[in-house]
Amino acid sequence: MIDELVRYLSSPSNREVLLEQLGQHVYLALVPLIAGVSLALPLGRLAQRVRWLRGALLGTAGVVYTIPSLAVFVLLPGIIGTGYTSPVNIVIALTLYTTALLVRPVVDALESVPTHVTVAATAMGYRPHRRFLAVELPLAVPALTSAVRVASVSNISLVSVGALVGSGGLGRLFMVGFERPDLVQIPVGIVLTVLLALLVDLLLVVGWRSLTPWERAGRAVIGS
Amino acid sequence: MIEFRSVRKQYDDGTVAVQELSLTVPAGTVTVLVGPSGCGKTTLLRMVNRMIEPSSGAVLLDGGDVRDSEPARLRRGIGYVIQQAGLFPHRTVRDNVATVPRLFGHGRREARRRAEGLLERVGLPSEIGKRYPAQLSGGQQQRVGVARALAADPPVLLMDEPFSAVDPVVREGLQDELLRLQGELGKTVLFVTHDIDEAVKLGENVAVLRQGGYLAQYAPPEQLLAEPADDFVTSFVGRDRGYRRLSFVDSSGLRAGSVDTVRIGDTSADVPSQAGWVLVLDTHDRPRGWLPPEATIHGQLTEDQLIAGGSLHTGGAPLRGALDAALSSPSGLGVVVDEDGVYLGVVTARQVLEILESGRHPAVSEGAFR
Repeated sequence: MIDELVRYLSSPSNREVLLEQLGQHVYLALVPLIAGVSLALPLGRLAQRVRWLRGALLGTAGVVYTIPSLAVFVLLPGIIGTGYTSPVNIVIALTLYTTALLVRPVVDALESVPTHVTVAATAMGYRPHRRFLAVELPLAVPALTSAVRVASVSNISLVSVGALVGSGGLGRLFMVGFERPDLVQIPVGIVLTVLLALLVDLLLVVGWRSLTPWERAGRAVIGS
Repeated sequence: MIEFRSVRKQYDDGTVAVQELSLTVPAGTVTVLVGPSGCGKTTLLRMVNRMIEPSSGAVLLDGGDVRDSEPARLRRGIGYVIQQAGLFPHRTVRDNVATVPRLFGHGRREARRRAEGLLERVGLPSEIGKRYPAQLSGGQQQRVGVARALAADPPVLLMDEPFSAVDPVVREGLQDELLRLQGELGKTVLFVTHDIDEAVKLGENVAVLRQGGYLAQYAPPEQLLAEPADDFVTSFVGRDRGYRRLSFVDSSGLRAGSVDTVRIGDTSADVPSQAGWVLVLDTHDRPRGWLPPEATIHGQLTEDQLIAGGSLHTGGAPLRGALDAALSSPSGLGVVVDEDGVYLGVVTARQVLEILESGRHPAVSEGAFR
């Protein structure tokens, strides 16, 4: 097994393919993550502020997330008219999942902002949009981060499924590994996927910590 | 000046928070809205900065209807202090205080410089400015809340139960601090509380509100205690209002008598006849406690041989303190001290009552009720 691994990795063309698929995987997982966060924030805010919309939005989000990913990958091209192997399918499908996954945590995170803080902000003369950006959003970051971390891991694993419908990414290694069969590609794919997930998670944690210095200050000795 | 003109607030579900209510808050004074929960006091307060709009009637600020100003702009010109301070946890203390100047478009540097000055003004060291709110005590957070409300130098300050979440000792310090600040700044302060003692202490005028949003009485505190308008006000101001009213009676007519004293560290030879109570002082002449009649001292007099004393009356303070000092003292003699806590003399409860009986004191100090 080790010999096969060394043989596989020592081939420059194999390494090139690996790198390309890793790059595609990153692209297919992270673009939907960013798009999903950008969509979930305004939707979550809407659900938080408009009571009657809340049930509809959260309900829809729940349903969307339960649709099997493979079905979406297969059906989406027919609906939006893209080619079957187009990466756009994966990006759109995963954006939907990310958004659906994040809407509820966004609502919860915004509601975790203490009322006396938002009331004080209003009383000092913040208009609603600026208050959202300057007060509510920064305070929602800690609660949001954990949801975004889950979404990033979920995306990275779902991209592999996309390989079944012919998209790129590390999932190709599993497909090719089975078809040939060249089983060594499968553990290589698994290890790279897990490493990628861990790396992205680490970056999210680093980003979260740099955005919330006040959280750790709160835990420091009071009155020191 | 803030003027409520027949304001009424009815919510969609039919509950009435404020009945047709008219009230004038004089400029440059502290006016307190006090009442049980559900009396509409916070609703009234929030009508001033348009966080709540009245269903009918109008609120006038220096003669102009508040509805003529755009809400956010109006609010930047009105200081607001909320319960639990409402500080932004993600901003440093300095940046919290700089909030309104920043909203007004001032540069960060100028706003921060101003913030540091304000922190000192409310009795906080300026180095606290670099900390986050969670690193401060409750009392410090409230001070920052006051500094933040004052940052743009607004003529009007709205305070919504600002001190109710801190412990009683800290609360008293914050109240004294507010009175001191008000002495310097002369803002028009509208202060909401459910605590009648706080209302009586802080307010030049006190509006007592009843459940359902009715104004029960609007008067200076001494009048509220002396002549409550109805049974509700009577029960709300409490049973001991006669005693509390002494807070407004001057004690300058009180003549302190003397009592035998000894010092900590004295030996039995120094202790006088022992026929009565003996007051024990420390080396700076501050009272430490009492020796009962016929007490025997072994060797040097130490703190653990004393009976703890009662409250102390600072000479010149209102009569309430003098009576309390006498009532709480184990000897029945209230100890009078000067502002540094140095022993001046003793008074008895009888002396206090005699002053009240004789009516020589000016009935109540002049109120600001207009």
